Amino acid sequence: MELDYGLTEEQLMMRDVARELADKKIRPVAAEYDEKNTFPWEVFKEIAASDLCGVYIPDEYGGAGGKTPIMNMCIVVEELSKACAGISLSFAATGLGTIPIILHGSDEQKKKYLPDIASGKKIAAFAITEANAGSDASAIETVAKKDGDSYILNGTKQWISNGEVAETYTVFAMTDKTKGARGASAFIVEKGTPGFTFGKKEDKMGIRASSTRELVFQDCRVPAANMLGKPGRGFMIAMDTFNASRPGVAAQAVGIAAGALDLAVKYACTRKQFGKPVMANQGLGFLLADMAMKVEAARALTYATARTVDKGEGRPTKYSAMAKCFASDTAMQVATDAVQVYGGYGYMREYPIEKYMRDAKITQIYEGTNQIQRDEIAKALMKEAVSGKDD
Amino acid sequence: MALRIVVCIKQVPDTTEVRMDPVKGTLIREGVVSIVNPFDSYAVEEGVRLKEKHGGTCTVVTMGPPQAEQALRDCISVGADEAYLVSDRAFAGSDTWATSLTLAAAIRKIGFDLIICGKQAIDGDTAQVGPGIAVHLDLPQATYARKIREVGEKSMIIERLLEEGVETMEMPLPGLITVVKEINEPRLPSLKGKMRAKKYELKKLTAADLDLQPGKLGLDGSPTRVMKIFAPPPRAGGEVFKGEADQCADKLVAVLAKNGVV
Ligand SMILES: Cc1cc2nc3c(=O)[nH]c(=O)nc-3n(C[C@H](O)[C@H](O)[C@H](O)COP(=O)(O)OP(=O)(O)OC[C@H]3O[C@@H](n4cnc5c(N)ncnc54)[C@H](O)[C@@H]3O)c2cc1C
Ligand SMILES: Cc1cc2nc3c(=O)[nH]c(=O)nc-3n(C[C@H](O)[C@H](O)[C@H](O)COP(=O)(O)OP(=O)(O)OC[C@H]3O[C@@H](n4cnc5c(N)ncnc54)[C@H](O)[C@@H]3O)c2cc1C
Repeated sequence: MELDYGLTEEQLMMRDVARELADKKIRPVAAEYDEKNTFPWEVFKEIAASDLCGVYIPDEYGGAGGKTPIMNMCIVVEELSKACAGISLSFAATGLGTIPIILHGSDEQKKKYLPDIASGKKIAAFAITEANAGSDASAIETVAKKDGDSYILNGTKQWISNGEVAETYTVFAMTDKTKGARGASAFIVEKGTPGFTFGKKEDKMGIRASSTRELVFQDCRVPAANMLGKPGRGFMIAMDTFNASRPGVAAQAVGIAAGALDLAVKYACTRKQFGKPVMANQGLGFLLADMAMKVEAARALTYATARTVDKGEGRPTKYSAMAKCFASDTAMQVATDAVQVYGGYGYMREYPIEKYMRDAKITQIYEGTNQIQRDEIAKALMKEAVSGKDD
Repeated sequence: MALRIVVCIKQVPDTTEVRMDPVKGTLIREGVVSIVNPFDSYAVEEGVRLKEKHGGTCTVVTMGPPQAEQALRDCISVGADEAYLVSDRAFAGSDTWATSLTLAAAIRKIGFDLIICGKQAIDGDTAQVGPGIAVHLDLPQATYARKIREVGEKSMIIERLLEEGVETMEMPLPGLITVVKEINEPRLPSLKGKMRAKKYELKKLTAADLDLQPGKLGLDGSPTRVMKIFAPPPRAGGEVFKGEADQCADKLVAVLAKNGVV
């Protein structure tokens, strides 16, 4: 049995569709894409055909988000990540790139961009990071200069997930450098816009099926109509987006941890030493018990956070940070322990478990490192203590 | 041209989980999950693909007990438009003759241009129901189809997978084909498909809806009599030669020669 998280009938269907797809279409090819370091187009087409791409997109723009878009997204990301976190990122990073449009796009922008993303026809990406602006996003140097009814973008974004494979990019650039953090704006930039090209393709430790690239803007002319919200609202849009997207990273981490746990338990029950399955040793059984508890606790926190985000009352920053941080620390711990359960075999590429350890690491880094998450949580605690009310 | 396609599907126990009762020699059916006969999944996929390409409708039909409803819903979730459950106590005990006669009557009532069946059912295994339906409806048939090359106004070109090779033939329409697993790769259920399957109101046909004489139904209409069901004795293990390869080869040749094989 599974813990009852009160999923709706529709959510159970999303879970089942994603689970079957993960088992039949992702698991068999995960090692191959990991080794080849190439984007899983074939698998993404399957995800699109399964209607899962729209689970977090409003119904009126072709999706099935209903009143629980983030929870739906988490359910799907978790299931796909159990089989391969790199492949699941094609879906999850599209979510990251799309959420700004859902939250701050005009009706016209939503009509133009969301239906193709909901159907899986197009992939999206989110671009804020630069060589000199990682944790400190306010340090971005890409500029967008107003010119008539368009903006001219210049600058280079780095480590953009779904870079090149995406058609629709949410890009952050400074429209007024003198205003510091209040001088950034967000734009929807389409692939193929003159002046927009792709730079270095990264060779990574994990999530190798994900395309991570530089985006290069050289006098790239973007219509002013593609700005999200008002000028200067860029960072607010980014923060709103992270509040909604971090539960997705948490779900990815839960999926990695759950996938690794599952393999570790099966292995411990079949591997025999001293004439019995290694699972029969309390010393190892307790390790697996701890892993299982952590996975379930991370899932519970992730789901509760996703639900709170979906409710849309107040700013869920603290909880989104908690879910992302706790679940990703859990994924790293559980995946490392799962390798331990496999012993020397776990260290071998021939076995599927070491990949989980390599994949887990990124969840502690992107969408804000876990130091930054703890910082957000501490700031919120302090603010609550000082003001005497919840953030 | 738009095709009215009817796909016959059978609910079967998942044989990867079925065990035989060693004493009674019968299948242990308790606790075994029921699935759509695997060959019929290929039939449904082909029906849905033909409909997507040429327009028309893909209707699935099964004759079976009320539980077979789930198998029909599974077909809706992978793209079938309509589903008929042909069910009545009077059908109990049908052999392949009565089964195909009943299905033929149901399909005549539904209306069709093309009927698609699986090559065989993984439980009954006779491979007779498809051809039986064709005969009862006086239709041309092409069994073991591995590819539909072309669909024209009045006929289709089909590749049949035979033991000796591949045969390409033209079959007039309306007609019936049975398919092998080489024909396609069935899709997984989609979210929208699952939602539709959940809500879909099944169409039902009973003996009273079909134009058949009572004596032709169920056990009474079944000339087959099951004399005995038994598990064949397991094959005796072969002889394994161990040792150096050339010595083993010599021994093997000697045995083959002794038995008049070479
Ligand atoms: C595979 C991959 C995919 C990515 N995908 C995307 C994407 O799609 N879109 C996008 O915009 N970005 C993406 N990124 C960028 C990612 O979000 C950043 O790498 C991350 O925010 C950290 O920035 P940094 O790497 O520059 O680290 P730095 O900011 O240089 O941090 C270095 C170290 O210092 C610590 N540190 C920094 N500031 C503080 C502080 N105030 N308090 C305590 N510790 C601190 C950090 O925690 C870290 O340990 C991706 C990165 C990777 C590796
Ligand atoms: C346990 C068991 C007990 C049986 N007991 C009796 C008995 O007491 N008396 C008796 O006469 N016969 C009995 N049968 C045989 C039974 O009648 C056949 O299973 C049935 O007629 C279908 O034949 P088949 O399974 O060989 O299908 P096949 O001819 O191998 O199936 C070929 C194709 O025909 C279609 N098809 C087959 N059956 C159906 C269906 N019901 N609905 C829709 N499409 C279908 C499918 O497309 C399938 O792929 C028994 C069979 C089993 C497994």
